[in-house]
Amino acid sequence: MKIRNSILTFLAVAALGYFLWWASLNLDRYMLRIINLIAINAILGLSLNLIYGMAGMFSLGHAGFMAVGAYVSALLIITSDQKVKMWILEPIAPWLMNLHTSFVVSLILAGLAAAFVGWLISLPVLRLGGDYLGIATLGFSEIIRILIVNLTPITNGSLGLKGIPAHTDLWMSYGCLLVALFFMIRLMKSNFGNVLRAVRDDEIAARTMGIDTFRVRVLAFTLGCFGGGVGGALMGNLITTIDPKMFMITQTYSLLMIVVVGGLGSITGSILGSVLVTTMLEWLRFVENPINFGSIQIPGIPGMRMVIFSVLLIAIIIFRREGIMGTREFSWNWFFRKGGVGR
Amino acid sequence: MPDDVILDIQDLNVWYGGIHAVKGINILIKRGEIVTLIGANGAGKSSTIRSIAGLIRGYKGYIGYRNRAGEMLRLNNRQPENMVKMGIALSPEGRRILPHLTVEENLFLGAYTRTDTVEIDNDIDYVYELFPRLKERRLQKGGTLSGGEQQMLAVGRALMSRPDLLMLDEPSLGLAPMLVAEVFGIIREINRQGKTILLVEQNAFAALSIADKAYVLEVGTITIEGAGAELLQDPRVKEAYLGG
Repeated sequence: MKIRNSILTFLAVAALGYFLWWASLNLDRYMLRIINLIAINAILGLSLNLIYGMAGMFSLGHAGFMAVGAYVSALLIITSDQKVKMWILEPIAPWLMNLHTSFVVSLILAGLAAAFVGWLISLPVLRLGGDYLGIATLGFSEIIRILIVNLTPITNGSLGLKGIPAHTDLWMSYGCLLVALFFMIRLMKSNFGNVLRAVRDDEIAARTMGIDTFRVRVLAFTLGCFGGGVGGALMGNLITTIDPKMFMITQTYSLLMIVVVGGLGSITGSILGSVLVTTMLEWLRFVENPINFGSIQIPGIPGMRMVIFSVLLIAIIIFRREGIMGTREFSWNWFFRKGGVGR
Repeated sequence: MPDDVILDIQDLNVWYGGIHAVKGINILIKRGEIVTLIGANGAGKSSTIRSIAGLIRGYKGYIGYRNRAGEMLRLNNRQPENMVKMGIALSPEGRRILPHLTVEENLFLGAYTRTDTVEIDNDIDYVYELFPRLKERRLQKGGTLSGGEQQMLAVGRALMSRPDLLMLDEPSLGLAPMLVAEVFGIIREINRQGKTILLVEQNAFAALSIADKAYVLEVGTITIEGAGAELLQDPRVKEAYLGG
């Protein structure tokens, strides 16, 4: 059984690899962008799910941590020439001028920077619970954004950064996703996963078992922020331009959507949620163009797709409150049970 | 303080907001004893036990605990997680097992503060010996167990930290009389194997039957204390708690 499952997992990864290879040769840039975004949103969704779904901390600060990651990575891979040309409001800080690393190193540093900021914020904020925690993290996320707007010598202020080398390709984003998935699955299967669930479900029970709930929360929050930072960095390198407006609360909401639609606390759910939300957001764009229903013409209304999306979300909340997966996970055993073969 | 005293509470006062829930009580527990606190709802039993476990802080008075090295330590205002490391385990009121985890995962979490993997496995087997029904259900989710089984799991989980002092908060709550007898039989068995037990109970008869020493709490003060068997015969206890 175990061997069968390992072989199947290997085959699934190989199939994904083949698909990516095929896609990179045959699909146009728009499709590639969407496929890339699915992976990045899945990474971000997983990291938010770790904080919100697994550890039960309602955090609305993910956009802020993404911003930290995106800026750190971008500043480390943009060349000195570009930096000179780009900072027109104020000259760039001298120490930043010649700072340069490879993309992979910048990704790791982006994650670490976001984790560090997340850790700093978590120390005061995680004393709160429930909605209060949400409000406080939202506030800190805005503080990060406003700092970015105003620290012009470092961040180029509201002009943002342009011409970031497009390092994020399918292999990079899906490679990161696989690493994130592997890490999350191992984490949740380990005793630490159960500790997280204990802290989420029953704080008093957790404390009577000797679990330092505050420390566990801080750790989970910091790990989630690491994922947020890496995701933000990948995003910046995909779009090749970042500015503070990208990291407003709407960014957090779309991640929240992924997590909630997929199922709070489900790794599989975050992946499915990312596929669904990312593709739907793109696919629904057609409603913003004029549509002909026979003789009736409906004019395109900008923003219409968000209205339709909201309706879809409300439908999900009414008819499937726990999200697509609930807290369940995909496993090969489940697959064969449902399929009624093997055993 | 004699060497065999494991827990020494002096003049404990606990407040909940404006309510003075525990009003200066003294309790002494010797190693190897079963000591019980009985009393009605709101008498302050749970407040006392939760203060010892560190779940309530900011109480006044002295709580002293003799650790494994034989030193008497002042427990006041320590975090609950430190208590577990020092050898005090609480099986909280209402069981509070984790419904989404299996029986075995629940037990394994009980050993959170320990790192000796092999010994943890041995202790899980030990808990299964005490409660064979848990073994039958080891891969079942905690939430699917019956009330009695959940109580057994809660006691087993508290044992997993290898405590010197095991505190049980209302283990008979919501159990059928047959099950109460079974659970209390096992509590006595655990005690015979050398664990000191502090038992908080409303079911005075069951608790007094197995207790070496008992305290009766009434609205925050101790009104009667003595040996368990003695209190079973005490007319005041009979009148108030044993149905005349």
